[in-house]
Amino acid sequence: MRLDTLRLDWELARRGYARYAAYPAATVAGVFVNTVFGFMRAYILLALFEQRDRIAGYDASATVTYVWLGQALIMSIYIFGWQDLALRIRSGDIAGDLIRPVHPLRASLAFDLGRALYHSIYRGLPPLLIGALVFRLVLPAGPLEWLAFAVSVLLAVVVSYAFRAIYNVVAFWTTDHRGAMFLGAIAVNLFSGFIVPVAFFPDWLAAIARATPFPSMVQLPIDIFIGRATGVEVLGILVVQLGWAVVLLFVAERLFAFGVRRLVVQGG
Amino acid sequence: MAELRQSLSLYRFLIAARVRAQLQYRTSFAIETVAAFLISFLDFVAILIIFSNVTQLGAWSVAEVALLYAVATLAFAFTDLVIGHLDGFPGLIRDGNFDLMLVRPKGTLFQVVTGDFQLRRLGRVAQALLVLAYALSALSIDWTPDRALVLALAVPSGVLIYGSVWVAVICVAFWTVEGREAANAFTYGGAFLAQYPINIFDRWLRTFLGYVVPMAFIAYFPALHVLGKTDPLGLPAVLQVASPAVALAAAFIASVVWRFAVRHYQSAGG
Amino acid sequence: MALIEVEGVAKDFVVHRARGRFRRERITVHAVQDLTFSVERGTILGYIGPNGAGKSTTVKMLTGILVPTAGRVSVGGLVPWDERIALARRMGVMFGQRVQLWWDLPLVDSLELLRHMYRVPADRYRDTLAALREALDLDPFIRTPVRQLSLGQRIRGELAAAMLHDPEILFLDEPTIGLDVVAKQRVRELLLRANRERGVTVMLTTHDLADIERLCSRILIIDHGRLIYDGDVNALKERYGTERVLVVDLEEPQGPLVVEGGRVIKVEGPRQWIAFERSRTNAAQLAAAVATRASLRDLTVEEPEIDDVVRRIYLETRP
Repeated sequence: MRLDTLRLDWELARRGYARYAAYPAATVAGVFVNTVFGFMRAYILLALFEQRDRIAGYDASATVTYVWLGQALIMSIYIFGWQDLALRIRSGDIAGDLIRPVHPLRASLAFDLGRALYHSIYRGLPPLLIGALVFRLVLPAGPLEWLAFAVSVLLAVVVSYAFRAIYNVVAFWTTDHRGAMFLGAIAVNLFSGFIVPVAFFPDWLAAIARATPFPSMVQLPIDIFIGRATGVEVLGILVVQLGWAVVLLFVAERLFAFGVRRLVVQGG
Repeated sequence: MAELRQSLSLYRFLIAARVRAQLQYRTSFAIETVAAFLISFLDFVAILIIFSNVTQLGAWSVAEVALLYAVATLAFAFTDLVIGHLDGFPGLIRDGNFDLMLVRPKGTLFQVVTGDFQLRRLGRVAQALLVLAYALSALSIDWTPDRALVLALAVPSGVLIYGSVWVAVICVAFWTVEGREAANAFTYGGAFLAQYPINIFDRWLRTFLGYVVPMAFIAYFPALHVLGKTDPLGLPAVLQVASPAVALAAAFIASVVWRFAVRHYQSAGG
Repeated sequence: MALIEVEGVAKDFVVHRARGRFRRERITVHAVQDLTFSVERGTILGYIGPNGAGKSTTVKMLTGILVPTAGRVSVGGLVPWDERIALARRMGVMFGQRVQLWWDLPLVDSLELLRHMYRVPADRYRDTLAALREALDLDPFIRTPVRQLSLGQRIRGELAAAMLHDPEILFLDEPTIGLDVVAKQRVRELLLRANRERGVTVMLTTHDLADIERLCSRILIIDHGRLIYDGDVNALKERYGTERVLVVDLEEPQGPLVVEGGRVIKVEGPRQWIAFERSRTNAAQLAAAVATRASLRDLTVEEPEIDDVVRRIYLETRP
């Protein structure tokens, strides 16, 4: 990669970061909401452990940690519907993007990574700290585990971005892209393990989930954090995440290319 | 009285106009309604997944929790249908469009509440009704007139409670538009809490979001009475039939808060 | 008693400004100070001033949106912010920049809705609407959703909305903005007819001098929150409206030209601004006179801006 294209990535990421850093009041409000939901989900899942000591290898402490990490990741991986790209396609602004010397998806990804960094720090750390103060959380064993977790989160964001790009790109073919967006958000919410750990799913549902990229967004990074995956398993997780990232980015890029061709042919 | 009748007919006219406009886009409407159904269904899926691991949650069985969930969600779905657009109210203020409501010959709260009506939110209503049907068929309830009454009143009371909370917290928009998301902790957070048996929550959260913000009166207390269940918290039985009274009190408080907030807006500068 | 009575009205806003990285200071902005005037029924009043002068703040206090910090306001015998709904029935309001119609509904539905809100009887509504449709040429777009309307169409729709309940007083903020010449004329005729036939009082904020000339019998000028002129339009026209400015581009820069009937007010390189009284000379004569004294490359004629008029009055009335 040439130095100036990397420089461009960096500039875009900076802008993504700044765009969300400009509204501190909104961030504080968001942290407040995340924290309230964190407490509720923690108590709900804790109630399960009145009946049992361990569920799918989790004890109460690990489960509560899971909940708070889920809340911490909620904005980084953006489990809600995302439609920035779809809106640009619908409005025709994408035409301007195509003329620029950087691939629109790459620009969009760089921007999103900057955004994710801001959200990881300012929407991620506060709820985690609050949760740690009230509950006894399980923390990574050492610096290597923390590093692995950080890398895993980065990959999770990329996987999430690629998936979001896929359900946005349908805007090339339909006037109402929101159906795809809703389905995408629903799939992510459920199968990533955000609502309930995938490990708690009945076997058949867990099998479906594992065949999808979604656990890479939430369940897998958290498994590294709480030490449910250790040693070579951690590497296995990172490989899985990387694999999904590559596959989904490829699919997104191909769909985008088809869409652009259609746009050009039809005269958007 | 005539004023009330006129207001209702105006609201009816508004709804009709909006529904007409929305039904013009058949496919969009269908997609959004199905989406609303599925998105809200996820919350119940979570409950089912939880119960695939245990048989009791805080001394409540899956059918009993389903009843809680159904009543809470049905009430919230109707509230969402009527005033879900309140989430956009801060934007309305920021654009200066609240001023336009002040120059019309109708109460501002009436105008805000009737400001929109999204038919697609019926998706959530449908989902709640399905779960309610499941719960009622799975539970062997010993029906008496008072139990039927309590259940029947639970939903409208719930709507009034949710609505009052929503109106009261959205008033924060008169002071700050940027931080308006904090209101979600009470509206959507409260709705989430009410789906579950509140005895599983720690005391401080129960007090704060169950009694002070009276979410426990939406499903928990009425359900105890309908099921003839002993309260795991051991609270006085009168609370189980108090929902309508709590709802009226909440409505009163909300209207006071609203009036105060509007007055502040008029003094501090539109 | 006059229809509108304003006495000693002041409005202060408290604004927070960042000072350095962490501190914020509170500043009190005096948007309006010591405002006193009254408006008789049946007047068409022009209310002008530079942007930020306090025009919209004044209108907001008269219509019940804002409560003044001090002073007394009475509109139709009512205190606007206390008796908001009673006053709302009797007045029509239009803010040029804001959309009071329902965005996603067809225009006709918005009007129908307002009819219900203002409780206009069906037969009277039919007649009023017919008159408005004709005067404002609404039929081509009356069934179109408001969000698809052009600015000019929307303005006309908003005006219809403001007038369909036959209010005794109209507050209009920039009602002719975005309209073509024909449409502007129709709007003016509509307002004049309403005033003449039904005694409707109109308070009009505008930047358009032609609106003022054709419509208003009286003018209020506000600047920096203070009333600096309250009088009739003819007097104002006499003093300032007849002055024009001839802008000449010379081949080469020169000292200020001395010409009969003209007064150079600005020089910028080869360009000179020459003010003249229309009653004493005209642009053609002046240009000819200039041409005898210098090589003329190009010229244009400027009408005085409201801002210039206001500034001039302000300079004159400053103690």
